[in-house]
Amino acid sequence: MYAYDEIDRTLINERVSEFRDQVKRRLAGELTEDEFKMLRLMNGVYLQLHAYMFRVAIPYGTLSSPQLRKMAHVARRYDRGYGHFTTRQNIQFNWIKLADLPDALEDLASVGIHAMQTSGNCTRNVTTDQWAGVAPGEVEDPRIWAELLRQYSTMHPEFSFLPRKFKIAITASAHDRAAIKVHDIGLRIHKNEAGETGFEVLVGGGLGRTPFIGKVIKPFVHGRDILSYVESILRVYNQYGRRDNIYKARIKILVHELGIEKFAAEVEDEWLATRESSLTLDNEVVEDIRSRFSYPHYQKLSDTPDELAAASADPHFARWLKNSVAPHQRTGYAIVTLSLKPVGGPPGDATADQMDAVADLADKYSFGEIRVGHEQNLALPSVARRDLPALWRQLDKLGLATPNVNLVTDIIACPGLDYCSLANTRSIPIAQELTRRFANNDLAELIGRLHINISGCINACGHHHVGHIGILGVEKNGEEFFQITIGGRADEHAVVGTLIGPAVPFAEVADVIEDIVEAYLALRARPDELFVQTVERLGVEPFKERVYATR
Amino acid sequence: MPLVKQGKIVADGYIHVADDAEIPVDGAALIPAARFLADPEALLKRSSPTGVIWPNNRDPEELVPYLDRLAVVALVFPSFRDGRAYSQARLLRERYKYKGELRATGQVLRDQFVILLRAGFDSFEVKKDADAEAFAATVKRYTVFYQPTGDGRITALHQRMQLRHAENAR
Repeated sequence: MYAYDEIDRTLINERVSEFRDQVKRRLAGELTEDEFKMLRLMNGVYLQLHAYMFRVAIPYGTLSSPQLRKMAHVARRYDRGYGHFTTRQNIQFNWIKLADLPDALEDLASVGIHAMQTSGNCTRNVTTDQWAGVAPGEVEDPRIWAELLRQYSTMHPEFSFLPRKFKIAITASAHDRAAIKVHDIGLRIHKNEAGETGFEVLVGGGLGRTPFIGKVIKPFVHGRDILSYVESILRVYNQYGRRDNIYKARIKILVHELGIEKFAAEVEDEWLATRESSLTLDNEVVEDIRSRFSYPHYQKLSDTPDELAAASADPHFARWLKNSVAPHQRTGYAIVTLSLKPVGGPPGDATADQMDAVADLADKYSFGEIRVGHEQNLALPSVARRDLPALWRQLDKLGLATPNVNLVTDIIACPGLDYCSLANTRSIPIAQELTRRFANNDLAELIGRLHINISGCINACGHHHVGHIGILGVEKNGEEFFQITIGGRADEHAVVGTLIGPAVPFAEVADVIEDIVEAYLALRARPDELFVQTVERLGVEPFKERVYATR
Repeated sequence: MPLVKQGKIVADGYIHVADDAEIPVDGAALIPAARFLADPEALLKRSSPTGVIWPNNRDPEELVPYLDRLAVVALVFPSFRDGRAYSQARLLRERYKYKGELRATGQVLRDQFVILLRAGFDSFEVKKDADAEAFAATVKRYTVFYQPTGDGRITALHQRMQLRHAENAR
């Protein structure tokens, strides 16, 4: 865990009092809605279909149990008793009142939580692997760098009014759980020959109406130079990014229009002038941040405790163990994913009671730490393997042990027309129906790893382009239709999926997905050939034929 | 539109010369970029202080030969959402070492004061009277700064290192 010190806490409190003044001025009519909009957005406040929506940052996806309890408190006191975890390590509250927002922020500030820059045309919450610090084989803990970048990008005096939003993600593992290739800047930590930490820097990835996979702009930027290099990218973007058309304003369009070589040359010129500056990170400064991340005092424990062997006789436990429990850096410990995708539920929602209960379980079994991943699930990062049976029983009672992690019902979905004023269609009911269709655990296990992503409009908040199966809602003559893409992926092999054919109406989406899955089961070369691998091998044609032959 | 300088509302001694208006022989004047660049040497020989109004889509490097003789560079925020002038300001101050008055014009609200100061602006044509009046209080809103800029404020990272060194020395 990173411990905020007096300096960080002061800034958060100053921000709360500034926002309190802005809300007061808005309510008094001193600020127009147009003026207030950018200010509230930079404090995480959207105006949705029915109410204000409040998006709170969970920096690099790490929460302490008191922080999660405070989220539960906000859900209960200011909202309707639940929160929604997003694809960018944030939580959203959907029913909050404008006049209550400063108080909600102040409550959150008391545990070092804030909503700074969770929206607006500025650098958003810097995200990383939800398994950071515990994943086996990780180069080093990426959260140290995420925190350095968080501080660097918070209230930046030059880059608070960029052409458009700006998202940075970091990974330090071979398997990318942070989707860095679909971010404005993606950073992959690796070491040079001297064993020094640096970054492969990607730029210009992003989804939305024009999806692009990020391109490598520099294969190695030394850790000490990362802030000046990021500043150089931001400065080029701030000056030359398009501001004439909101849909062409992301850095991906600038990179695409200039070409990566030209863009890289512009950044390099800028960097030559800025790299020797006070942005250089001395080792001492990096180590100071590192020292403020505390790590659990692990015990020497067995990977195969008796408790585990005994409990594994229960097939329900065995299934969950196989599905939701992953290896840990330390012997005797495991990473446990808590599925927020129950059958029939909206993906990523958790009730205040669930949040409180998870906080208690984290205290009891995971050194008081909780993680939030971009797949909209939670994780307990450091659970002793001997405690897994006891933990499972309690999670099961809470409805948080659905054994569907990475399976067909582990759906990523945007809030869609149920909440969002931008949406063309609903997303959540599609997800709910799919979880019912594939509720049979044996079937889901047989299908294997399959990511379904749903977006209710072209803004692509559900990352449909990079879903193994992507579902995009579009409006046709006032009716909800859905385009289906297949073969996308968001990991280290990131690729945008391919459209299989004409959009289908709301009522047929679940049938179409069932057809695609049945086609896959018939076509796969072997049981362990994943859906995306089959699509890669055969292309979309056989799936297209199956879906449209009878429609 | 009130002008704030050195933290106070002051009278603006400069005439803003419109694109098609005649440049006055006497009197402090802010001249549009294109007209200034048409004959900079002559304009800089005017007997009164001369400044330039620089649009946010033009590279401030073009001003480098004249910076030591310009009294004012006025940068423009056509909308407060358009942040290009922040980069121009930092380049002028930090890279090109401009020492004269750096003025923020256009849509300038109190909510920008802190970052404008940090980017190097030292005078502000403020859109609303109430915001101009609130200047002194508003700029004291923040005491913690995470990034190094040319304004010389100590960053949080370095503040921590100082605290740490002080603790170690004890």
